Amino acid sequence: MNKQETLEEQFSKILQEYINNQSEQALYAAQQFSRTALEKKVPPEEVISLQKSAMQELMPDLSPEVWHSFDILLEVMTAYGFAFREHQSLLATQKELKNEMEIASNVQETLLGTSVPEVDGLEIGALSVPAKQMNGDYYHFVHDGDHSVNIAIADVIGKGIPAALCMSMIKYAMDSLPEYRKDPSAVLESLNRVVEQNVDDSMFITMFYGMYELRSNILHFASAGHEPGFFYRYKDKEFLDLEARGLLLGVDKNAKYKRYEQAVEIGDMVILMSDGVTECRTDEGFIERETLISYINEYIELPPQEIVNKIFRDLERLQHFQLRDDFTIIILKRTK
Amino acid sequence: MNIKVDIKEQTEDFAKLVIAGEIDAYTAPVLREKTEPLSKQEGMKVVADLSEVSYMDSTGIGVFVGLFKGIKANGGHLQLTGLSDRLKRLFDITGLAEIMDINPEVKGGM
Repeated sequence: MNKQETLEEQFSKILQEYINNQSEQALYAAQQFSRTALEKKVPPEEVISLQKSAMQELMPDLSPEVWHSFDILLEVMTAYGFAFREHQSLLATQKELKNEMEIASNVQETLLGTSVPEVDGLEIGALSVPAKQMNGDYYHFVHDGDHSVNIAIADVIGKGIPAALCMSMIKYAMDSLPEYRKDPSAVLESLNRVVEQNVDDSMFITMFYGMYELRSNILHFASAGHEPGFFYRYKDKEFLDLEARGLLLGVDKNAKYKRYEQAVEIGDMVILMSDGVTECRTDEGFIERETLISYINEYIELPPQEIVNKIFRDLERLQHFQLRDDFTIIILKRTK
Repeated sequence: MNIKVDIKEQTEDFAKLVIAGEIDAYTAPVLREKTEPLSKQEGMKVVADLSEVSYMDSTGIGVFVGLFKGIKANGGHLQLTGLSDRLKRLFDITGLAEIMDINPEVKGGM
C-alpha cells in the first residue's frame, strides 16, 4: 500500500497548507494532485476517504457529527466511482475499436484500390476523400487494351462502415462480369440484380458507368440515379449536363438502364462526381451547379489531376474543412 | 440540425405525415423510426407532406425508398406532396419520380 500512503501524505500536506494560509499555491497543488489521482485511477470515494483521514489527523478534536457527515459523502460518491470505472473501461474499448477501424479502412483501400490508367490521347484526374474514416464513394477504372477505358463512379446511400462493406461487394460483382464490361446498360442491369438480392432493404447505390471508346472517341454511358456529370465542350467553352436517367440500384430488380452517347472532340472534358460535391453545404446555403462550374472554369487550363485537387481544396475551405459527405470527382480530357 | 415528424391523422388504413426540418444522416434515423410501423401495416395509404422540409440529402432518399418498398409490399400506397424544386430534383435524378407517386402540390388527402 505504498502508493496509498504517498497519496495520503501528499493530500494531507496540501490540506494543511490551505487550512493555515489559504494560499493560491495550495489550490494549484490540489489541481496537480487531482491529475495524479486520475492517472492512478483513484476513484472519487477514495478521495473522500483521504480527506476524512487527513482531517482526523490534523484536527482530531472536531465534533463526531463532522465525522458522520463524511460517511454520507462517501456513500454518495460511491455511485460516481462506478461511473468513473465504467468510463475507464469504455475508453479502453473505444481505443480498441479505433484501432480496428484503422485496420478496416486500410483493408478497404487495398480491396477497392484502382489506379488511374495511362492512356495515349487521354488525361485523367481522380480524387476521392471520405468524410469519415471509411469511404462510401467508389470509383474504378478498367483499361481494355486499345479498345476502351471504362469508368465507374458510385455512391452508397448511407455512410460509414455498412456503406463501405457494401461497396466491396459491388466491386467484386463488377470484377466478375468481364463479358458485359463493354456495355454500360448491361453492367448496371447486372449490378442492380446483385444489389437487389444481396443488400439490406434500406441501402441503395447510385452509379454512373461509362465506356470511352478509344478509336471512335465516343463515350457510351448509363446512370443508375447518379448525380449527372458535366460535359465541357472545348470548341464553345461551355458546360453541358451529362444527363442520363435511370433508377437507383437495388430498388427494382427489373429496372432497365438506357445507354447514352457523347462524341468527344479534342480538348473536351467529361467531369463526373459524387453528390458529396454538389451537396456541399456552405454558410450561404448549398453550392449550386453553376457555382461548381465557375470553380472548374477557373482551373480549366490546368491538367485534370490538378483541377480536381484544386476544386477539392476550394470546396473544403468553403465547408471550413469539415466534409459532411464523401467527396469524389473525376475528370477525363481528350488531348489528341 | 433537427427534424419534426408528426402523424396528423391516422385511421386503420390511412395516415398523414407532416415532416419539417432537415433530413440528413443525423436525422434520418428519427424519420425511419417514426415511419417504419406504417410500412408494416396491411394496405396503408400514406401521404407525406414535405413542404416544411428545408434540406434533404441522399440518406433521406434512402428512408423514403425503404418506406415506399415496405408500404408497397403490404399492398399500400405512398404519396409525397409539397416537394420544393430541390427535393423534386433529387427524386428526378435518382429515377424515383418515375416509380413513386410524387406531387409537388400540397393536397388535403388522397
